[in-house]
Amino acid sequence: MMLSIENLSFQYPSRSVLRDIKFSIKPGECLAILGINGAGKSTLLKCINRILKPQHGAVYVDKKDARKLSGTDLAKKIGYVSQTSRASRQTVFDTIMLGRKPYIKWDITDKDLEIVHQIIQMLNLEKFSLRYIDELSGGELQKVVIARALAQEPKVLLLDEPTSNLDLKNQLEVVRLVRKIVKEKNMAAVVTMHDLNLALRFADKFLLMKDSEIFAIGGMEVMNPQNIKSVYSVSVKVRTCDNLPVVIPV
Amino acid sequence: MKLNGKKAEAGERFQTISSYKKYTGRKLFVIFILIFLVLLMAIISINAGSAKLSLYEVVQAIFAKGDEISQIVIWEIRLPRIMAGIIVGIGLAVAGAVMQNNLRNPLASPSTLGISNAAAFGANVAIVLLGAGTVQSQAADAVFINNPYIVAISAFIASMGATAVVLLLARIRRFSPESIVLAGVALGSLFTAGTTLIQYFAEDVQIAAAIFWTFGDLGRVSWQEVIILAGVIGCAFIYFLYRRWDYNALDGGEETAKSLGVNVERVRLEGMVIASLITAVSVSFLGMIGFIGLIAPHIMRRIIGGDHRFLIPASAFMGALILLFSDTLARTMISPVVLPVGAITSFLGAPMFLYLLIRGNKRR
Repeated sequence: MMLSIENLSFQYPSRSVLRDIKFSIKPGECLAILGINGAGKSTLLKCINRILKPQHGAVYVDKKDARKLSGTDLAKKIGYVSQTSRASRQTVFDTIMLGRKPYIKWDITDKDLEIVHQIIQMLNLEKFSLRYIDELSGGELQKVVIARALAQEPKVLLLDEPTSNLDLKNQLEVVRLVRKIVKEKNMAAVVTMHDLNLALRFADKFLLMKDSEIFAIGGMEVMNPQNIKSVYSVSVKVRTCDNLPVVIPV
Repeated sequence: MKLNGKKAEAGERFQTISSYKKYTGRKLFVIFILIFLVLLMAIISINAGSAKLSLYEVVQAIFAKGDEISQIVIWEIRLPRIMAGIIVGIGLAVAGAVMQNNLRNPLASPSTLGISNAAAFGANVAIVLLGAGTVQSQAADAVFINNPYIVAISAFIASMGATAVVLLLARIRRFSPESIVLAGVALGSLFTAGTTLIQYFAEDVQIAAAIFWTFGDLGRVSWQEVIILAGVIGCAFIYFLYRRWDYNALDGGEETAKSLGVNVERVRLEGMVIASLITAVSVSFLGMIGFIGLIAPHIMRRIIGGDHRFLIPASAFMGALILLFSDTLARTMISPVVLPVGAITSFLGAPMFLYLLIRGNKRR
């Protein structure tokens, strides 16, 4: 198992956000976390890489207990892209280089430069490499922050709504790119999403969250009209179009 | 075909990395130019002053030759002053650069935590309540602070006290930038109110001494203070450089920084304490010197970007350059009267800053 979550619970002083979450994913798997706003999807991601410290439960990354790893060591195993990325006055190259932060002792090495360059090439960002990121479009910026997470050479990639601010073309591009890289490098990805159809294209496994708990988890079979109706309170039909499953609200 | 593809790929790699190296090389070049300009300014500054010394006399005096008076002028008056200008300029500028990053606030400066107000309050307490200030009827210096050490120590205690209170308050809110800025503003106005009350009940000669103290003046230092300033600011500068990658990570937002393994609360707490220490020492010895901590980092951010590997040293030397230039102007403009350097830094800095702001927006 690449990532195992065991009995994880998190609460703010006034209310509980995650209750008894447990699941695991294998190398090369993409997991989509689905659920309505406020179901606890983002909190779950933040608990996995300890941006928030869960009160109960454990996270094992690559068979190591995340609680026992230092911040830097955990950053070598988990790459994270938050829901909103702040565009600062840094170049694309420097931003991706930040992903090497967990490895940098005093200054960057030739190896760091090489890795950043490879990622720039893989994501077709050569044209932008010396542009400031506050001058990029939303789609370009999203690719750059994903590139930064990849520069960490992580085992697990956590992406919090990576497609929510993107147009159709960029949505598909980002999702395909992440899937391709996860398969190629045998990593694991956990991605929160709102677009069910995009999730169907992207993920091998689906986790439906409702009221701070796991409602259902599994392959294509959990994406049935009954489950979706229970989670989103919306009636849908699931059809197949050109061999792709499609969810249509009715 | 395949071979060609490989060749092109290798060429491309060479291009991306080499153009990045060229790009960082340009930033280094800017830093070297700034160092050169600071040295040039120091040479101009050591030749300027009310005691008209020729270049030859200056050079002789530096090597402890020539007549005694010019040696005293150079070694006891001009050199400590120039050193203080360079060191404090560096200190205030790097403190500003770090505060702006740590507090995610472009308006943050070394005085954001209310430190300058607290220092002024401490100085007022010393001058008015502890009787450190009197008036001496001499032609050159009408107002005279008869015990500068008590004033400096009192100002330092007050400013570090203010820092401690702000950070203790902010700790409750896990050092969120907003809470630090707001606590600083509140505490600053509290100290200003305290100063007003003290001055209201003070004699007018004491008020004169107190107000005179607040005008920043590099002429107050001797070698002893220069050494203390150099020690504190030197250590702080090295610490800030050590943290440069953490600051770059913080630029991407708090959650991103945490996901890269940065201990955000700790980095922010240490940054605040050290920046405050720089400010407290500088203000206590020299009085208020405004604006450098704000403009030097912003000017350099516009010129070389926000990468703290280069921004911290570049801001440092820009700060030194502005302060040294301002002080030289303050000493020579209507010599032998020395104008308050704090006013000059703002007079020079504000238009320069506005120019860069407007030009920067046009380019976009």
